[in-house]
Order: sequence, then structure tokens, then C-alpha cells
Amino acid sequence: MTGRSDDDVTSRRDRTRPTIVTCPDGPILVRGDVQIVDDMGSIVPRRRTTVALCRCGASTIKPYCDGTHKAIGFSAP
Amino acid sequence: MDLPGARGALSAAVISTLTSAGGTPAAAVEVAGHAIRRSPDVLLDDDVQLALFVLDELFYRGFSDVADEWEWDPGLLAVRAVLEEAFESALRERVVVPGGIRAERGAIADALFAMTAPGPGPSVARHVAKRATLEQLREFLIHRSVYQLKEADPHTWAIPRLEGRAKAALVEIQADEYGGGAPDRMHAELFARTMRGAGLDSRYGAYVEQVPAVTLAAVNVMSLFGLHRRWRGAVAGHLAAFEMTSSMPNRLYGDGFRRHGFGADTTWYFDEHVEADAVHEQIAGRELAGGLAEQEPELAPDILFGAASGLLLDDLVACHVLPAWKSGRTSLRVP
Ligand code: FES
Ligand SMILES: [Fe+2]
Ligand SMILES: [Fe+2]
Repeated sequence: MTGRSDDDVTSRRDRTRPTIVTCPDGPILVRGDVQIVDDMGSIVPRRRTTVALCRCGASTIKPYCDGTHKAIGFSAP
Repeated sequence: MDLPGARGALSAAVISTLTSAGGTPAAAVEVAGHAIRRSPDVLLDDDVQLALFVLDELFYRGFSDVADEWEWDPGLLAVRAVLEEAFESALRERVVVPGGIRAERGAIADALFAMTAPGPGPSVARHVAKRATLEQLREFLIHRSVYQLKEADPHTWAIPRLEGRAKAALVEIQADEYGGGAPDRMHAELFARTMRGAGLDSRYGAYVEQVPAVTLAAVNVMSLFGLHRRWRGAVAGHLAAFEMTSSMPNRLYGDGFRRHGFGADTTWYFDEHVEADAVHEQIAGRELAGGLAEQEPELAPDILFGAASGLLLDDLVACHVLPAWKSGRTSLRVP
């Protein structure tokens, strides 16, 4: 056993705890240990630690954002 | 990389100093001052921009057969200071910075997104997508290679000068730029792969000789901001503007290469940036630039100045490249 305290274990868990940030009039930023799955239940490849999910519906690389929300003047509800 | 050939008296003085055994000749600062005074526009001056590029490169990878000690040579630093001062005043004269922006996270991010909003005007990206010839695609890569083969490096210099939220944001972006720990996914390496796919030499600095002053100036402005702690605000703004003008153009660049029959290996760099920079622009605008403005409100004007400077140089590059291509000329230097 290591001498690691409970506090250390908790903070380690916190570090990978997922966070979701909605960007004003833009995508949803997802950080942390989350699996992204499509309609059919297959895993969507995730190539980076932080990903942006399209919220405007106009991206050409859905489910990810490609910045198109700016061109269409998307305004988040 | 090899030392490039001189483009005038100033760059000749800098280059010959680097290959000499002695120190910087005392007259070098005067040569620099003279070059600045007689230059109609330092942003487009081959001699001035090449001299600055060479002096800055000493802080990146340096040159083969040039001693590492030149990096902090007081004489060369004095020459660089003269050139940087002129560069900065040329930018100050030309750059338009929006006024009345509060040093608040949302206001700074909104201002940056407004400054970088896609316009209807002529663009290199649209030309590449629809009309560029194979030769023009190669020229496009050659211009970009001067920065893209050291992609992310100038902004990385700001990391130790930031703290808290802004620092974490810059590290988050840069880690992705550097491939998240995988050398073959580093953006600079993906760009090298694209160059090889297009039949070009992907060695660092291979095409410096061929690019005009304006292309060097677009790289030199990043080095100017990156090398000085006082410009940390400008680094944040420059990076935010860069990321905000990247996803959609990169889709168009990829289209141009696909139109000419290039496969996924060659367009990987562009495809990667469509996705990556849609993430980076959010982090750079809100957490890095916006976060920094809240931590150090007095830097808000520098943040906007950094963004506007990058955008100005992008425009100047487009104003050089597009007319050349449209009239069937090369946009590269013709020796
Ligand atoms: S939210 Fe960015 S493209 Fe849809
Ligand atoms: Fe990148
Ligand atoms: Fe990026």
C-alpha cells in the first residue's frame, strides 16, 4: 500500500470528473472522462482531451462543432 | 536551417556578423537605423523583415554553423530593438483597435469574435477552395510553412508569464497543438506531412529564401509578442484571432487539395484544424483572452492590439498573394 491520503484520491477523481460548458451562441465544451455515443450506440471517435459539440445543428462534422455557428448567426436559446 | 541570403545592407550586416568570429560591429545599430529611415514601409521591406526574422530565429532553432551564443549578444539585441521599435510603430499606425471595450471576460470575447467575423470579401481560402492551380496550392503551403513548421511555438513563450485561469487555458490549447503528447500528431508535423504529400521539402526553414517580406512579417509579429513579457496580452489576443479565423478557412483549404485529388493523409492537417480550432477559439477567446483581461485589466488594449495586428498581417498577405495569382504571376520571390 502507498501512503496516499483520501484527500489525494478525491482530488485525483475530481480532475477527471467531466465538465460541460455551454459557450454563449456557440458549442458545448466537454472535458473529462466522457464517452460520446451516436444514435446507434456506436462510440464516436474522440481525438482530443477537450471537444466542442455542435449546438446549432449546422456543423459539417457533427457531433463536433466546426465554427459554422458563427457564419449562420446562431443565437442560443 | 541554413542562413538565408541577404536582401539589402541591413540583413547583410546581420548575416555576416553571425558568420564572423568577432562581436557585433558597433556600426550595426546605425545600419539598422538607416535602413528604417529609408524604408517606405517596414511591414513590406524585405531587408528589414529578413533581418528581424534572422535575429528572432536565434531564439527558436537557430542556424546551422551559427554559434548558439549569438542569441543573447548585446550588440545584436540592440539591432533587434531598433527594428522592433519601427515594427511596432508601423503596426500602431495601421492597426484599427475597437474602442470602449470593458476589461471583462464576455466583452473581450465578444469583441474578438466581432473583429474576426467572416466577411464577404476576396479570401485566400475561397481562392484555394475553388480556383487555385496545383502550383498555387504549393505556393500557399510554402508561404504558410515559415510559421506552420514551428506552429504554436511563439505563443508558448507566454506560458510562464501568465497565471491561473489564463495560463491553464493557454496550456490546454498548446497541449493540443503539440499533439497531446504524440509527436506524429503535432500540428507542425501534420503540416510537414501535407507538404510532403504535395511534393515539397518539409525541412524546417527550407523555403525562407522564397517568401516575400509580408510573409516574414506575419511570423515576425508573433515572435515580437512572444519574446517580450510586456506583450503577453498581445500574445493572448493574437492567438485568439488566429484560432477564430481558422476552422472555416481550413475546411476550404482541404477542399482545394481534395479538388486536385489529394487524399486524407495530405489533407489531415486541414481536417484536424476544422475540428481543433472550433475548440481552441472558445478557450482562447473566453478563458485565455477574457480570463487575462479580468486578471490584468490594464492589458485589455494589448489583447485587442495583438488580435488586430495578426488580422492586419493576414490581410496584407492576402493583398500580396491574390493579385499575383489572379494575374497568373507567382506570389513568391523571384530572385
Ligand atoms: S455550434 Fe459550432 S457549428 Fe454548430
Ligand atoms: Fe494548430
Ligand atoms: Fe489551434
